[in-house]
Amino acid sequence: MSEDAITHTGPNTPSASRALMLLALALCLVALPFLVQALGQPALVPLATRVLIYAIAAASLNLALGFGGMVSFGHAAFFGVGGYVVGILYRNYVDDSLFLGLIPGTSQLLITLPAAILVGGLLALLIGALSLRTSGVQFIMITLAFAQMLFFLFVSLKAYGGDDGMTIRRRNELFGLNTRDDITFYFICLAIAALVFLALWRIVGSRFGMVLAGIHQNERRMAAIGIAPYRYKLAAFVISGMGTGLAGALMANYLRFVSPDMLHWTKSGELMIMVILGGVGTLLGPLFGAAALVILETVLTSWTEHWQLILGPILLLVVLFTQGGLNGLFSRLGLGRSER
Amino acid sequence: MTLVLEQLLNGLQFGVMLFLLAAGLTLIFGIMGVINLAHGSLYMVGAYAAAFAAAQTGSVIIAIIAGLAAAAIVGMAMELFVLRRLYARDHLDQVLATFALILIFNQSVTLLFGRQPLFVSVPPALNGSIELLPGLTYPIYRLIIIAVGLAVALGLYLLINRTRIGMLVRAGATHREMVRALGVDIRLLYTAVFGLGALLAGLAGLMAGPILAVQVGMGEQILIMTFVVVVIGGVGSIRGAFFGALLVGLVDTVLRAFLPGLLRQVMTGSEADALGAGLASMGIYMLMAVVLLVRPKGLFPANV
Repeated sequence: MSEDAITHTGPNTPSASRALMLLALALCLVALPFLVQALGQPALVPLATRVLIYAIAAASLNLALGFGGMVSFGHAAFFGVGGYVVGILYRNYVDDSLFLGLIPGTSQLLITLPAAILVGGLLALLIGALSLRTSGVQFIMITLAFAQMLFFLFVSLKAYGGDDGMTIRRRNELFGLNTRDDITFYFICLAIAALVFLALWRIVGSRFGMVLAGIHQNERRMAAIGIAPYRYKLAAFVISGMGTGLAGALMANYLRFVSPDMLHWTKSGELMIMVILGGVGTLLGPLFGAAALVILETVLTSWTEHWQLILGPILLLVVLFTQGGLNGLFSRLGLGRSER
Repeated sequence: MTLVLEQLLNGLQFGVMLFLLAAGLTLIFGIMGVINLAHGSLYMVGAYAAAFAAAQTGSVIIAIIAGLAAAAIVGMAMELFVLRRLYARDHLDQVLATFALILIFNQSVTLLFGRQPLFVSVPPALNGSIELLPGLTYPIYRLIIIAVGLAVALGLYLLINRTRIGMLVRAGATHREMVRALGVDIRLLYTAVFGLGALLAGLAGLMAGPILAVQVGMGEQILIMTFVVVVIGGVGSIRGAFFGALLVGLVDTVLRAFLPGLLRQVMTGSEADALGAGLASMGIYMLMAVVLLVRPKGLFPANV
């Protein structure tokens, strides 16, 4: 799995068909709002926005999980805290008060997003520094433990809505654009998603990414050639937390609502499932996984109340009969042509 | 004082319930290396089967048999048809597959029994309380749960440490490949262990029926706590699961019972209640984090 990760995502292997596929994908994503408008289905724009936001979160998780081999079951922590950064800053902006008596509130996207990235990164630094002392199942469970602590913390914070969460009356502002408009917000999310995927592509192909892949394959050997795995893993974990925090901030803007639901362990599970479904340790896998899960959920829910009874077997079949998730399936069908 | 004793007994009762689930989970993980998220579903299956049988026949004995049998059969079927294909795979594939199983189980149960929780009454013979100490009365049913849990713990201890099957289980937990190489039919052992784990989960589920509401999603609530127990105790270790379960059960119950009261002495009532409940829920996770930071393999690691 991780060997593929190097060969087909490294910047040194630009195959023509892969570049074409990427171009086609990008064109589709840009044309999507206009297409669905023309088809008279404007409700699909928010759906696509949700896919993009989850894709950012899943791709960030994938850096830790797929490329770094750190199976985090606690990424909801970064997702939710990113959302709460937007919520709390907006609350302080409306009340014209100072957060902790120090930080003024704001509703500028250019400030709230970097703030969410910063807070997500700092939190990941703290959680990662402690959690990376363990490995294997213990790592899975300790990341879950930290996320659950934050979940219960925010449930008990009545000042920020407790269990009920808090609403954000207006989306954050950006250059006087009408972010309330679904298509405008879609393009904001698309631009950010493109930047995130570009950054991840650069990271995975860099020396740092190579070291990370090496640690994933054999930590002891990397240590033997003079690389301290802990620092690299921690750095990857922090970057992963930053990206997930960013996605959380976008989600809070999208929903105009944050609640402890965003911190719940099922959210971590959902993100993990998107990654596994799409293809662990592949660059575009999380996008496919997020799209598949969000769209399946939406379609099946509108179809039948018992949608889980259909989603469950589909997931089961994907695990049992596709190696490497949807991304692996696509490339074996000849769409990617760069794997194996 | 009696309040403290009562809460300790409640903690003990919760602890043995967790142990019944954790014992199966830790064996399955320790021996087969499978992360089984659907273990909570077996607990749910046991609870529903027993509740259904009790409502249909009114017989406690039949309800018990139905709960145990349903959980064991569903568990072994799960092993045969799904998990057996995943032993050689990555943990992540197992997570996704067993998550899919959770969806399937939850929705099937919703289809069969509806969304309304089922309420099960305590068997009449066990309904009532006895006075353990002057001023301390305690429900008989909860005492029975504690007794059954401790008996199962003793039985498992004897099974694991005194029998031939137990020897294979222990060997499987530490040197899986070697056991296979020595000609043991490992597939049969796997199915048997899985069935045993499912049986214990079903036992926990059917006993939980009269105390908690039998509803869809009851499995996931307790699953996470069970994982906490398994990790605190040390993956693959029955002894660890036992002490881990008692520790988690006691800590959780005691914090929930007394923390809001303690906080109320320094804060106003409603805030203290909210913060106390939150902190109490965080308690076991803090416990797990501290245990893992001090002993990364848990309190009683199996593979030393």
